[in-house]
Amino acid sequence: MAEVFLKGAIESLYMVITSTLFAYLLGLPIGVLLCVTDKSGLRPCKAVNTAVGVIVNILRSVPFLILLVALLPFTRAIVGTTIGSTATIVPLVIAAAPFVARMVESSLKEVPSGVVEAAQSVGASNFQIVCKVLLPEAKPSLIVGSAIAITTILGYSAMAGFTGGGGLGTIAVNYGYYRYDDETMLITVAMLVVLVQIFQEVGMLIAKKSDRRLKITK
Amino acid sequence: MLELVNLGKTYYGGANPVEAVKNINLKIEDGDVFGIIGLSGAGKSTLVRCINFLERPTEGQVIFNGTDIGTLSPAGIRKCRRRMSMIFQNFNLLQQRTALGNVLFPLEVSGTPRREAEAKARKLLERVGLADREGAYPSQLSGGQQQRVAIARALATDPELLLCDEATSALDPDTTRQVLELLRGINRDTGVTMIIITHEMRVIEQICNKVAVIDSSRIAESGYVKDIFLSPQSRAAKNLILPTTDSVDSMTRGTVLRVVFDGLNASEPIISNLSLECHAAVNIVAANTRAVGGVCYGQMLLRLPEEETAAARVKSYLSSRGIHYEEADENG
Repeated sequence: MAEVFLKGAIESLYMVITSTLFAYLLGLPIGVLLCVTDKSGLRPCKAVNTAVGVIVNILRSVPFLILLVALLPFTRAIVGTTIGSTATIVPLVIAAAPFVARMVESSLKEVPSGVVEAAQSVGASNFQIVCKVLLPEAKPSLIVGSAIAITTILGYSAMAGFTGGGGLGTIAVNYGYYRYDDETMLITVAMLVVLVQIFQEVGMLIAKKSDRRLKITK
Repeated sequence: MLELVNLGKTYYGGANPVEAVKNINLKIEDGDVFGIIGLSGAGKSTLVRCINFLERPTEGQVIFNGTDIGTLSPAGIRKCRRRMSMIFQNFNLLQQRTALGNVLFPLEVSGTPRREAEAKARKLLERVGLADREGAYPSQLSGGQQQRVAIARALATDPELLLCDEATSALDPDTTRQVLELLRGINRDTGVTMIIITHEMRVIEQICNKVAVIDSSRIAESGYVKDIFLSPQSRAAKNLILPTTDSVDSMTRGTVLRVVFDGLNASEPIISNLSLECHAAVNIVAANTRAVGGVCYGQMLLRLPEEETAAARVKSYLSSRGIHYEEADENG
């Protein structure tokens, strides 16, 4: 049984980490785009901002379980199967990317406008401002955001257990839900709780360590 | 070096258009330390942002060394900004970079090779007196030190013009004096032209040679600091030099005179003499005078006796001594 749990935990980690990576690959540029095209952004563009915003909102408002089922043909087209942990990554990325985009957007908007103005006043281009000002200045907030994103994705991945998504979720569903094996279900839940705690705490710790604003005067 | 022609900026956002600045005509010469003073809301900050096109003016032209900035492409404007950098009230340093990293920023933006950039940034930090704090983050520095880093950053691209937007307004009087002293030293050493935006007359007095007084979006008067300090013409200028509203108690009777000293011998006890010769007691309501090279400059608000003949004697005494005065009303 211990082997089952270990395999489940490894599968869960694989799904979560890979999905988070891909979700950021998609979500980060979208978040930057949302921030830059906002009416108080570097290059306001209402059409783009509204269009992207609406798509993001629609994807965010679809419940994950429904998205999971709706995306089955798309998933099959991409990875060739709809079961197992690799197949689960596809809906996880699609569900998490819009969420990540909003988190990135809000982190970037926390950067004071005066700092952006200072960069403009020495002749920085918008691209330079995004790369050298917005992203580095928002780094601690972005790290906190990624800790939240990773724990949310872990929660989603457990839900994928219902469609045979692999990982701890599948164990909980197969043993706990279908066989009324409460003990096994509780153990998987406990493992998920521990994983969430670890991701959250480690994320906060890294964010705090990287934030130069909190250091005390020598 | 810089000429503002009929410059205006109107915001059309709300229900009614807001004219933040209007009909601004100014000429700033090489090496000037040009003050722009006005109360908050007068339009000073908008004006300075129009100069480097952080705000695009809606009317008029900004001509910088013969180039009309309004005709430049966005890339051209960015290049131009490297030659007219800016410091801010809230310093606006990058919080996640060290002092050195902040000074390096403009050099990275302009593509200066790393080694050369670092040497230059270190030299600039030394110039502003922070050579030993290059590894400190802004949160580890005091307000005055942060503004020094901002000054070093602004000088990194060897600008010809430095725009200072309320650069000392967040600092205490002592630190203000030191930062202004530093700016004056830099102006003297490098000849960089400066535009100093402020609401404080003492900032203007300490470092500017010329000043423009801005009042409700327009320039009320402009010229050499000495001339404006000695004989302010506009109500805005008079109020900035010696506000009447703070000091005149309207409950007390008797006319208040605004008396201007511009070149009287500082050793002469002028008020005592006035009192003795006119047999009238006058009350000094407020005064802002100083002796420069044995000569007295400044202004004084005097409350005259209620009795009209005595008041008339005081006025004629002042006239006979060639001292300029006028009656001050509630609004200066």
